[in-house]
Amino acid sequence: MYTFEYQLPKTLADAAKALASTGGKPLAGGQSLVAAMKLRLAQPGTLVDLRGISELAGIRKEGDALVIGAMTRHADVANSAVVKGAIPALAVLADGIGDRQVRNMGTLGGSIANNDPAADWPAAVVACNATVQTNKRKIAAGDFFKGMYETALGADEIITAVSFPIPKKAAYAKFPNPASRFALVGVFVAQLADGSVRAAVTGAAPAVFRAAPIETALAKSFTPDAAKAVKVDAKGLNNDLHGSAAYRAHLVSVMAGRAVAAAG
Amino acid sequence: MSIPLALTVNGKAVKADIDPRLLLADFLRTTLGLTGTHIGCDTAQCGACTIHLDGRAIKSCNVLALQAQGADVVTIEGLAESDGTMHPMQAAFKECHGLQCGFCTTGMVMSAIDLVARHPNADEKTIREELEGNLCRCTGYHNIVKAVQQGAAAMAK
Ligand SMILES: Cc1cc2nc3c(=O)[nH]c(=O)nc-3n(C[C@H](O)[C@H](O)[C@H](O)COP(=O)(O)OP(=O)(O)OC[C@H]3O[C@@H](n4cnc5c(N)ncnc54)[C@H](O)[C@@H]3O)c2cc1C
Ligand code: FES
Ligand code: FES
Repeated sequence: MYTFEYQLPKTLADAAKALASTGGKPLAGGQSLVAAMKLRLAQPGTLVDLRGISELAGIRKEGDALVIGAMTRHADVANSAVVKGAIPALAVLADGIGDRQVRNMGTLGGSIANNDPAADWPAAVVACNATVQTNKRKIAAGDFFKGMYETALGADEIITAVSFPIPKKAAYAKFPNPASRFALVGVFVAQLADGSVRAAVTGAAPAVFRAAPIETALAKSFTPDAAKAVKVDAKGLNNDLHGSAAYRAHLVSVMAGRAVAAAG
Repeated sequence: MSIPLALTVNGKAVKADIDPRLLLADFLRTTLGLTGTHIGCDTAQCGACTIHLDGRAIKSCNVLALQAQGADVVTIEGLAESDGTMHPMQAAFKECHGLQCGFCTTGMVMSAIDLVARHPNADEKTIREELEGNLCRCTGYHNIVKAVQQGAAAMAK
């Protein structure tokens, strides 16, 4: 690891100040960042640990939305009665991340800020048309994820929470890499309150994307067969040792079908 | 830069000035000499380094020691009673032959206790799923699952 300075601010304002003055990086659970630092793939000059800011963790219902604090850990989302009541698919998704130990440290904010091409949370954020709240502004899901490991976040911007409008129906189906449990392909399908359908795909491409042909098919008929019948174009999909682009394209329809079946 | 770290480890208050880069696993093993916490992969895959941080199983090779500032840490050394009587989960691993070389065992036991705290009546499927983050190269897991079931029953008494 390269050397770094460490700060543990107590308030969001202090954390923002620390980031702005040092050009450092926020630390959440460290499950991606500490690992990257160990490999010298990340070299923050200062780590600003968000752990001391209590307002960043927690889950609450706000009108027609479920709001999850950035520092809420995957295990706490998976166990939350509020989440299970409002959007059970999010509890299922959180429970399928990595393993127990990773879920006990890793957070929602850290996952979406990291925007790993195979991370699970981005699919839920995009499919539910969620809003990412930061210390500076609100960012629509569609504008947040920019590309592989890239987001709309500014250098000293801190995610505070994600607000998920409660959909009519939603489910997530993932085909996990058997070793890491990251998504080889994961599809989050949601029928939103206005009746429109969104299908967001993770793991298949450099970043999360909406599968338009699947959304069109499901808008006509919200059935597993309608999803499975769609032939997804393999162009631009990931082609690596875990699976070819054609394999992933096929998995997109299969996982979308499973998600629709689970959504009921 | 060295930073003061204060936390509780196995019920005792511990203090040290540390380099911020120090991992929790290395703090436990090297600074405190608690070598029961093993480092297998050092990349958050194998679970040999599993300890409890404020009551939750985590992989200590993938967190900074500073992330345990003010926390309550329990390692495998903190499980047995002061007279040496093993924790029921340790005893179950011994009785069920839930280990061979023993390298994964300390992490397995720490994960198993976290698992049983949340699923006191876990069935085989739940145990296997919950141990996703712990790899064993020797046993084939069969006796580990048996040990966790027996340990769970003993812990319920
Ligand atoms: C063995 C293993 C298996 C895993 N399997 C999966 C899996 O199956 N699916 C999956 O989705 N993920 C998986 N992960 C990743 C895991 O979910 C991480 O917890 C997550 O990607 C990062 O969250 P974190 O809280 O640990 O963030 P950190 O590692 O602390 O931070 C990650 C990045 O986000 C930034 N950041 C953190 N919080 C904020 C914030 N509030 N505002 C702005 N920026 C912020 C940091 O600066 C850093 O750049 C796995 C990880 C491991 C080690
Ligand atoms: S040594 Fe920590 S998970 Fe392998
Ligand atoms: S007993 Fe040898 S690795 Fe598990």
